[in-house]
Amino acid sequence: MKLEDFRQKQAEKAASQEELRRALESEFQIIGRRLRRTDGLAKATGRAVYTDDISLPGMLHGKILRSPHPHARIVSIDVSAALELEGVHAIITGSDMPVPYGIIPWTRDEYPLCVDKVRHVGDGVAAVAAVDEESAERAIGLIDVEYEVLPYHLDPEAALEDPDTPIHEPRRPGENGNVSKHVHLEFGEVDRLLAESDVIVEGEYYFEGTTHTPIEPHCAIAHFDPGGKLTVWSATQVPHYLHRELARVLDIDVAKVRVVQPPVGGAFGGKSEPFDLEFCVAKLAMITGRPVKILYTREEVFYAHRGRHPMLMRYKTGASKDGRIEAVDARTILDGGGYSSFGLVTTYYSGQLITAPYQMQSYRFDSTRVYTNKPCCGPKRGHGSVQPRFAIEVQLDKIAESLQMDPIELRRRNLLGTDTRTVNEFRVISNGFPQCLEAVERASSWRDKYRKLPYGRGVGVAGSCYISGTNYPIYPNEMPQSAVQLQVDRSGRVAVFCGASEIGQGSDSMLAYIVSEELGVPIDYVRIQSADTDLTPVDLGAYSSRVTFMCGNACIDAARKIKRQVRDAVAEAWGCRPQHVALAGGWAFDRSDTERKLPISEAFNLAEAKFGALGSMGSYNTPKDIHGDYRGGTIGSSPAYSFTAHVAEVSVDPETGFVEVGKIWIAHDCGRALNPILVEGQMEGSAYMGFAEAIMEAHVFKDSGLHNAPSLLDYKIPTSLDTPELESLIIESLDPEGPYGAKEAGEGPLHPSIPAIANAIYDAVGVRMDRLPFTPPRVWAALRERGRLEAAGQLTPWKERSAISQLTAVGD
Amino acid sequence: MGKDSDQTRSQSGISRRNFIGTLGAGALGAAVAGPGTATTQEAQSAADGHLVVALRVNGRQVRAAIEPRHTLLEVLRDQLELTGTKPGCARGECGACSVLMDGVPRYSCMTLAAEADGHEITTVEGVMQGEELGHVQQAFVEHDAFQCGYCTPGQVMAAEGLLRRSPNPSIEEIQEGMSGNLCRCGAYAHIFKAVSRAAELKRGGEV
Repeated sequence: MKLEDFRQKQAEKAASQEELRRALESEFQIIGRRLRRTDGLAKATGRAVYTDDISLPGMLHGKILRSPHPHARIVSIDVSAALELEGVHAIITGSDMPVPYGIIPWTRDEYPLCVDKVRHVGDGVAAVAAVDEESAERAIGLIDVEYEVLPYHLDPEAALEDPDTPIHEPRRPGENGNVSKHVHLEFGEVDRLLAESDVIVEGEYYFEGTTHTPIEPHCAIAHFDPGGKLTVWSATQVPHYLHRELARVLDIDVAKVRVVQPPVGGAFGGKSEPFDLEFCVAKLAMITGRPVKILYTREEVFYAHRGRHPMLMRYKTGASKDGRIEAVDARTILDGGGYSSFGLVTTYYSGQLITAPYQMQSYRFDSTRVYTNKPCCGPKRGHGSVQPRFAIEVQLDKIAESLQMDPIELRRRNLLGTDTRTVNEFRVISNGFPQCLEAVERASSWRDKYRKLPYGRGVGVAGSCYISGTNYPIYPNEMPQSAVQLQVDRSGRVAVFCGASEIGQGSDSMLAYIVSEELGVPIDYVRIQSADTDLTPVDLGAYSSRVTFMCGNACIDAARKIKRQVRDAVAEAWGCRPQHVALAGGWAFDRSDTERKLPISEAFNLAEAKFGALGSMGSYNTPKDIHGDYRGGTIGSSPAYSFTAHVAEVSVDPETGFVEVGKIWIAHDCGRALNPILVEGQMEGSAYMGFAEAIMEAHVFKDSGLHNAPSLLDYKIPTSLDTPELESLIIESLDPEGPYGAKEAGEGPLHPSIPAIANAIYDAVGVRMDRLPFTPPRVWAALRERGRLEAAGQLTPWKERSAISQLTAVGD
Repeated sequence: MGKDSDQTRSQSGISRRNFIGTLGAGALGAAVAGPGTATTQEAQSAADGHLVVALRVNGRQVRAAIEPRHTLLEVLRDQLELTGTKPGCARGECGACSVLMDGVPRYSCMTLAAEADGHEITTVEGVMQGEELGHVQQAFVEHDAFQCGYCTPGQVMAAEGLLRRSPNPSIEEIQEGMSGNLCRCGAYAHIFKAVSRAAELKRGGEV
């Protein structure tokens, strides 16, 4: 066979005969292999263009004036002096965009710039566009705002009890304006089963708020062209939702708004809704006719927040003497900060997402999200369920202790199983939690360590479960959650257009792997164009661990349409059946005779000749009958759930209370690992972040409402020296609905870190750490209290714990 | 509340923007004069409150007209358009802006451009060997030592500095040497492996 020159070159680089024979023996060529990321070169060379790296001709720079008060009415704003400053082009205030917005359509309660009052220190009041950042900064200093200072609340319980100081107007007369959302749900007979339980453990837990701190600050640039088209580049996780909100708030035809999301330098949930800067750059660009950029300062990133809600959780858990969980009764106060953000969902998640991996005979939760005059909380990695997971897993450890049972054994006695429903009626199909428990038990040498390590050292276990995307989009609609468009070139190149947001998790790579797997093209023949609302079909965004599951399925759908055409065309040319044509390693080849083959580009050409231009659309939507039929029953339901178990090993210095986490073993059931390297990266990144929340992070505020420490020196996140050793153990329970069986890996593995560390501290020194973070002063105080009780003879000295504990051993 | 933009532009002020505009490419282009050599332009800029600094950036002489308060980070990104060096905090907390000054890692956000006058600066763009990856970059790609990639240029430069100081670092030295650069994706374990691998590559190991 004589090939054109370029095809000859392609053929020389394609798979060898031997490789093709091997390809026939394995289920996958690309999926499951430890491959490099497709964006690795751009990132390692500094050539990846993030939002702040973009500069447009004539671009102005913006700054936002922020409130110094936690709660105040805006009486007047005088911008005249600021407008006179050299280099200033425009100034806007709340009245320029008096349309409330919010990521959840039912709770739109904030404005791009405050209209009537400010609700936290750092709330935006006015924005300036000027020739450079310095001029803009000087100008905001010249804006004169007159405030009428109002009483304020920083404590949610105080705000709840004081409806006469409403942070928002009540939605209906007589309601408490400080209640953002209240959810009460009960499944089974909680009171009866509690009364019948052999052991009841009660605990009060406090999860201090934490924030995302991506290293890339939020940044947005807007360009408004004379034809009335608005383009916004933004470091966002949700270009589609931003697209809609920009059009709505600015009153522009949604078809004339384009949102482009460059690579995002870390997000973790902190860029998953519109922010003031995106509206401000857009409005300022429309007024000035010049492109406008705003880059948050690090301090602004802390005030923008939307991080993990502080939660006060009161739990009562009942169990039978053989360790069965009979009843869980939870009451939770969520500190929401000044606005709703995702709060409606968070409130549900605080209860709905903890009903696996354990079977509960009955369950009740009562969650109340309260407004306070602090920056707004929202979704952070493991949205809404990291906090209650801490509570429930420590509760289980306490039950195991009172039953003198190994805590892994206790968990085994409550396994949920596969193809089942949770107590709150979520459908669970695949479930690799038992294997996760077994993996961490074995890898950590648990049986040799639990209650057996010398005083000051200990191990703890915890489990968890998380969603692979939410079953319903944020605004109600029946359209697909994700769509992918493919376009095939005569050269063999395949272009992938998809709205998915690459935020570091590897979604662009995932798309390339799938196309390469299905169409047999080398990975570097695949071009990814993601997250540009003018060019890419909708994907709802990088939140709730939905991208691999949903976008991956959409991509498979699109690729298989082209694959069918290519195989049909090649089969026709060869006079064989399409099933005999395989696509792999840069070839279309005959399964029964690997010598008969065509370079993949030639195969694409045959298909184009037969069917016309080669392109396809694929989409994915969720099944709709997989949750309970009750109000709120849809929130938290997911087409598939991931499962995780951790064992943490710690050393506690009894003199100082300093906790050193030596190692965390992470077993995570991600369905199929499409690329184990990327899965491990997500597992380690999650455990790192959970460890940080357990040991050092605290997003707290001074009595004045000022952030306690809006800097990366004072808000401590782990350095390379602080981070413990992390060992990833991938568990693959193939999910029938996941792409090749895959589920999520980006958020689930965070959850158990915190309770596993808390439980390990108990194993080490016998103190229960029910408040986060486990800082030396707190641990030291708890040790002192225990020492006092031991000295008084009220507790047996923990140093003798191995002698006193007669555990129900595994398998007994 | 818009304001006629032409009005601002027509003012013959002394803003940085206008000033640099009048200097044109000459201010930023390659220059033959060594550090500290006075020129007419320099004298003029001094009168306007500006300085002209002469830096050697990635092996090339460059001059930049700056205000004394400008940081090296600002000059690299805004004037020299070397956007590989990232702003993360602008106050020496995160390390995303790390560069080498005379071969030693520095936070460019905490280095005044005036301090860098006459010094040799290497950015992530400068560790390539033509279109070949530098050893550290090669190792970072091999070991997937990043996720979002935003801190990566700083990590690469910190590793480059570490390996110039200590060509065969122990794991403890690597952890210590990289501890001034935060990675919020938590890719530290991969970064450690990459730095070890880079040391091997630099010593002539198999590429």
